[in-house]
Amino acid sequence: MNTMAQTPVFQIRTEEAPKLAAPVSTSGAIGWMRQNLFSSIGNTVLTLIGLYIAWLLLAPLVQFALIDAVWTGEDRKACLAPEGSGEHVGACWAFVRAYFPQFIYGRYPAEEVWRVNIVFALFALLLVPLAIPKVPYKRINAALFLVAFPIVAYFLLTGLTIGDQVVLPIVETRIWGGLLVTLVIAVTGITASLPLGILLALGRRSKLPIVKMFSVIFIEFWRGVPLITVLFMSSVMLPLFLPDGITFDRLLRVLIGVTLFSAAYMAEVVRGGLQAIPKGQYEGAMALGLGFWQMMRLIILPQALKLVIPGIVNTFIGLFKDTTLVLIVGMFDLLGQIQSSFSDPTWATPVTGHTGYLFAAMIFFTFCFGMSRYSIYMENRLHTGHKR
Amino acid sequence: MTIRDNDGASSDTRVSLVNDPRVRGIFFQVLLLAVIVFAGWTIVSNTITNLQRQNIASGFGFMDRTAGFGTSQSLIEYTESSTYGDALMVGFLNTLLVAVIGIILATLLGFVVGVARLSKNWVIGKLAYWYVEILRNIPLLLQIFFWYFAVLRAIPDKRSKWSLFDTFHLNVAGLWLPEPIYAPGASTVGFALIAALVVSFVIKGWARRRQEATGQQFPVFLTALGLIIGLPVVAFFATGMPITLEHPVFVDSGPLLRQGFTLGTGMTLIPEFLALTLALTIYTSSFIAEIVRAGIQAVNHGQTEASHALGLRPSPTLRLVIVPQAMRVIIPPLTSQYLNLTKNSSLAVAIGFPDLVSMGGTVLNQTGQAVEIIAVWMTIYLSLSLITSAFMNWYNQKMALVER
Repeated sequence: MNTMAQTPVFQIRTEEAPKLAAPVSTSGAIGWMRQNLFSSIGNTVLTLIGLYIAWLLLAPLVQFALIDAVWTGEDRKACLAPEGSGEHVGACWAFVRAYFPQFIYGRYPAEEVWRVNIVFALFALLLVPLAIPKVPYKRINAALFLVAFPIVAYFLLTGLTIGDQVVLPIVETRIWGGLLVTLVIAVTGITASLPLGILLALGRRSKLPIVKMFSVIFIEFWRGVPLITVLFMSSVMLPLFLPDGITFDRLLRVLIGVTLFSAAYMAEVVRGGLQAIPKGQYEGAMALGLGFWQMMRLIILPQALKLVIPGIVNTFIGLFKDTTLVLIVGMFDLLGQIQSSFSDPTWATPVTGHTGYLFAAMIFFTFCFGMSRYSIYMENRLHTGHKR
Repeated sequence: MTIRDNDGASSDTRVSLVNDPRVRGIFFQVLLLAVIVFAGWTIVSNTITNLQRQNIASGFGFMDRTAGFGTSQSLIEYTESSTYGDALMVGFLNTLLVAVIGIILATLLGFVVGVARLSKNWVIGKLAYWYVEILRNIPLLLQIFFWYFAVLRAIPDKRSKWSLFDTFHLNVAGLWLPEPIYAPGASTVGFALIAALVVSFVIKGWARRRQEATGQQFPVFLTALGLIIGLPVVAFFATGMPITLEHPVFVDSGPLLRQGFTLGTGMTLIPEFLALTLALTIYTSSFIAEIVRAGIQAVNHGQTEASHALGLRPSPTLRLVIVPQAMRVIIPPLTSQYLNLTKNSSLAVAIGFPDLVSMGGTVLNQTGQAVEIIAVWMTIYLSLSLITSAFMNWYNQKMALVER
């Protein structure tokens, strides 16, 4: 006790404490970079490697597509480097500009192209309000889109004659091409496969053994084979299956193949939705005395289909990309049309091919990326309740 | 359920036959069966009439006839005098080759990109994100065309080459590699490799038992690595180096037609094969990357925290806690991607790589045996898909949570 009292246990600071450096900023651009890019030596190395890879990929692309690109010109001479100069010529956008109508409409007669444009416009006008959840009158909109639009589009695109009077001159599907064919195949395929897929999904979950077996075999068969063999089958074997004298338009044959193929995938998507509906909903519907079809139409399917909108959009993206395969059976979709334009001597240059592929890639990317964003948006909208 | 309930009721309250679910069920099934049988019968009879009209003999007899067309790549002995059956076999083996190589490469690339997508580093994460988004939103066929018609046309012509380490050479004729030549005694090296693999597995089992019994660890990975590399190397030198590399012969002087690589020397991978494998690998890897990302994210963060709380360092945490749980989520969609890759390899027909569809298409054009060829295609692809789903079911059962 005594010793403690003699030596003082406290200390009084006589000079000012040294000033510490301000803490490392964790906000603002610098702080963000410090945290996400340069937090350690390893991270810094990764950042530099990543930036280098990005530079390696982006610089030539920008150089090719924008800086060295040729924007205007009448023929191939515009896109050729001056003889012996060793200069690089970039993308030949003049070629795309010259061929643009063909890439969109194929060889559809120029004076009839307005019909295609009307179909495109109607499609957009009906689809956009259908896709935006807030817009009302979904039922009428869907009915117009799924029933009225296909009929109108069919007559607008192929032509219409009432009696002897030609209202709209007939345009054979043989000369359709480009984005028109791509969209016709993808949209028809998905629209026609939706009801078929719903039936198959219901069949697969049915208690009736024959119905179930038929659905399972049908679904697994089409999901097990590549689309290209299906297309070969529809173009080579379908004529064999039909009685002599009955022939189908080639586009129609492809459409049948594509529809059956995507119906199997659609069935699996819808089945996922049906499985996600709690059993209580089925039992509740039955307790109310609803029959099978009433139960499905009024209680189960409205809930299940809403759940699988993202899945349907994803199937559509897959189908949209797969439409390119029709060029193998000799049809001219967007890619087929672009590919065939390379053989035109007026535009044959070393960069024509690259430009064409870049253009096709941009179009497909825009469509597919947009749709996948939409499917993610719908998924987030639907999952608000049970997000972890 | 409903059927049985109504069954009991129908004995006392008379339900009209039209409304009895069981009767209705039977009626509709009989109707469906009748429709299927009728449709099948119509198709078969139409096909038979059509085939007779076109003078095409049905049946697989054509398989033994001489094909008379060559192929640019074959894993088995195949000449123009081989049969149609051989031609289809060549195609099937080429499909398998592309599929196996594509699956291995796509898995490696996909896992790297999938992990990169989750990187805390912003640049790496964004790079992986755009890799995935761009590549999976562009049709595969376009990518194949891009590699085949745009990239592989920009490389040196037949009379020049690009070389890497003076061992791998690339020009328009393909990728030229040294070919291993096996002298007698080479099989010893193969046996040494197999022996090393077997011993490694035994050691792995022993190390696990020892760790469970005593808690002591054993460096299994390093031992196995040493064995698998060391044993074949030892065998290689002990048997007097029976494997030699034959380099492709490159001629750059003399008559113009002789210049370039001499055919038959070294190993060649034809450009069609390169383009197809490259496109399939890159396209599928973008899907695999997404699966891997989703799988890792599906593991609850609490698992990481718990394993850190137990004192595990980041690397064992990943290896022993996260990956085994993520694999449970990853494997089923991964298998279906493998199946997709195999089916997508049929796009080879667009650039003329002799795969099953391409060879079958040529046979079909020559013989007109549409029904038989398409039956062969369907059978092979369906069996591949059934085998895959059988494997998937087996794996799911093996990996299912064992709850006590």
